[in-house]
Amino acid sequence: MRYKSMKTSGWGRAIWASGDIARPERSAALTGATAPAIGNRRSYGDAALNDGGRAIDMTRLDRILDFDRKTGLITVETGVPIAALAAIFAPKGWLPPVMPGTGFATVGGCIAMDVHGKNHHGAGSFGQHVTAITLIQAGKPRRITPADKTLWAATIGGLGQTGIIAQATLQLMACKGDIMMVTERRVEDWAEHIALLDASETTYSVGWIDATATGAKLGRGILEEAETGGGLVPAPKPAKKVPFNAPHFALSAPMVRAFNAAYFRRVPQAGRTVVKPIQDFFFPLDRIHDWNRLYGKRGFHQFQCVVPLAAKAALREMLEQIAGSGLASPLAVLKRMGPGRAGMMSFPMEGYTLAVDFPNRAAARELIAVLEDMTVDAGGRIYLAKDALATGPRVKAMYPEHGAWAKAANAADPDHALETDLTRRLDLRGAR
Amino acid sequence: MTETWIILGATSGIARAFARQQAIAGHALILCGRDLADMGATAADCTARGAVLSEVMALDVRDPDSFQPILDLAAKQSGVLNAAVFVGSMPDQAEIDADPGLIDGVITDSFSGPARFLTMLAPLLEERGSGAIAGVGSVAGDRGRLGNYVYGAAKAGFATYLSGLRNRLGRSGVHVMTVKPGPVDTAMTWGLPSMPFMTTPEGVARDIAKGLKKKRNVIYTAGIWRLVMAVIRSVPEPIFKKLKI
Repeated sequence: MRYKSMKTSGWGRAIWASGDIARPERSAALTGATAPAIGNRRSYGDAALNDGGRAIDMTRLDRILDFDRKTGLITVETGVPIAALAAIFAPKGWLPPVMPGTGFATVGGCIAMDVHGKNHHGAGSFGQHVTAITLIQAGKPRRITPADKTLWAATIGGLGQTGIIAQATLQLMACKGDIMMVTERRVEDWAEHIALLDASETTYSVGWIDATATGAKLGRGILEEAETGGGLVPAPKPAKKVPFNAPHFALSAPMVRAFNAAYFRRVPQAGRTVVKPIQDFFFPLDRIHDWNRLYGKRGFHQFQCVVPLAAKAALREMLEQIAGSGLASPLAVLKRMGPGRAGMMSFPMEGYTLAVDFPNRAAARELIAVLEDMTVDAGGRIYLAKDALATGPRVKAMYPEHGAWAKAANAADPDHALETDLTRRLDLRGAR
Repeated sequence: MTETWIILGATSGIARAFARQQAIAGHALILCGRDLADMGATAADCTARGAVLSEVMALDVRDPDSFQPILDLAAKQSGVLNAAVFVGSMPDQAEIDADPGLIDGVITDSFSGPARFLTMLAPLLEERGSGAIAGVGSVAGDRGRLGNYVYGAAKAGFATYLSGLRNRLGRSGVHVMTVKPGPVDTAMTWGLPSMPFMTTPEGVARDIAKGLKKKRNVIYTAGIWRLVMAVIRSVPEPIFKKLKI
C-alpha cells in the first residue's frame, strides 16, 4: 500500500492532523495492515485523525458482497456510504435500518460510532442490526458475531479500536417504498416540544429547535414526523457546493436569528404534509456539499448530549444557556431516544438528545465546557462522534462501562496501533 | 434489450466504476482479470446493483490461452455484445531503463495482448452487426516523453490499432471508441506527486458512456486533455526534445 502525506480534519474543521494515509482498492491489501481505519471523516472532531501516524482510508472498499432479497440481509465492504445503500435497496423494498444525519457516513463509521437515526426510539442503534463483522486484527482477518460477547460489545461503538472493521453483515429493514411522507408542524415552546416528542407514534421523528429563541419562545421549533411510502416523487435536485470559506459574520447572531425566524415560519401555522425523496428527508444537509465551509476557516463544533428522561429540566437549562449566549447556529436538533444501544461505549440512552452547532470561538468552547458539566450532573453523556473538546475524566464519568471497554480494546490491539487523536486526547485506553 | 459487456482488466479502479455503471443500467457483465477473489467481490456488487449477470473469468493478457474461454462465454450471450479494455501496466521508466526486458511485458499488457484479444473477438461482433468496443489508451500515447515513453509507445500502438479496428468494424455496424484518460484518482496515482487536471474513476466511466452514446471516435477524459495534448503535440521536435514534461 502506498501512503500519501496529507493534512486532514474532521467535519468540524476545527482540529487538523498531518499523517500518511493509504487508500487501498482491493480488500487483500488490508492483510497485514495495522493502522486505524477512516471513512469519509464525518465525525466532527478527531475520531478519524491520527496526527503524525498512519491511517487507512476505506472509502474505495465499498462493495456489496452479498444481498438476500428475501431476508434483506446484506454483507458489505465497510467503506460503502449509507446513502448508497439507501439508493440501491429502497427501490427493492429494503432500507438501512438506522440512518445517521449524513448519508456520507460509511458502514464502518456507523459501527464504530454505533450511530442512531430519527427512528432510534423504535429501531434502536445501528449496531443492533449488525449480525457479523470481519475485523483485521494485527493484520489478520477475524470474523466476529454477537456470540463473541465482550469483543462484540467493545467493537460496536468502539471507535475502531478492536480492529479494522473490514466487512459487516447487516439486517436491512423492510420499507414500503422509496419516498417519505413527512408531516411538519410548528412547535411554540419547550413544553410543547417535549410533549409532542413524547406522544409521537411515527416511525421517524425529530424536532428542529430555534436555538436563538428565548423567554416564552424557548424551545420553539418544527416537529417532523415521517413514514416511508410508495409512489412517485420528482427526482432529488442535484447537490450544490459551497465553493469557499464563508466570512465569519455569515453566522453571526443577527443573521442566525433572522434565518431561524424565517425557517420557523416556512411551515404554515396549521402544519403540512409533504412527500420527499428518501435522501432529502434523512440527509437534508448532504444536498449542499462542503456545507461545513459556511463556518469559515476556523471551523465549528457540535455539542450533542443525551440525558435521561427524568432530567429534561436539566436539558431545558442547557438550552436556556445556549439561547442566552447568542452563539448557536441554525443547526439544532432535539429528539427523544429509546434505550437501544449495542456496545459498551455506545452513545444512546433512553432520554432526550440535543445537538447544537457553534462556530469555533473561545466563547463557544467555554460554553460547551459548561454544557458538558451540566450533562455529567444530569446523568447523561456526550457523543464522541461530535466531540472535539471534552477531557478524559469528564468522558469517563459519562460512560460507566469505559473500564471494561478499555480492557477489551487493549486485549484486541495490544500494540495500541489503532489509537486515534480522539482516544489519545481522552486517554480512553490508558498507557500501553 | 440486454447488452453484455466484456470488461478486460476488471480489477482496475476505472474498470470497477465502469462495471458498476453498466450494472446500474441493468446490463450483463463478464469481468476478466487475474485477481479472481477481488473480481468476485466486484461481481457480487454489480449483481446487487442491478446487473442481470456478473460472471468472473480468469484473464492473463500475457497468456493467450486464457482468451478462448472468455470468447466462448461471450458467444453464448444473446443480444448486443460489447467490450471495454482497461488492461495495461506502467512500471517506472527508471526500472525499465535498468531492466530493458520489462519492455516486452509493458507492450504485451498495454498493446499486443488486448489487440490479440480484440482481433479474436472481432468476427463475433461483425457477425452480429452490432456492439461497441471502448479501448482505453492514454494521453501518454500522444507523444513520447522522458518520464514514461515505453508505456506511451505501447498505448500509442494500441491507439493506432484501435483506429484500424474502427475502420474495419465500422463497416459492419460495430463502433470502436478510443479513450484517452489523463491522470485518474486511483490506487495507481495515490501518493504520487500531484498531477494537473485529475479526474475520478466515476468521471471516466461517465465520459465513456457519454462518448459511446454519441458514437465518438476518440475521447479525452477529463476533456481538457484534448486541448492540453493538442498544445503538447504542436511543440516542434527540436524544442520538445529539450523539455522535461
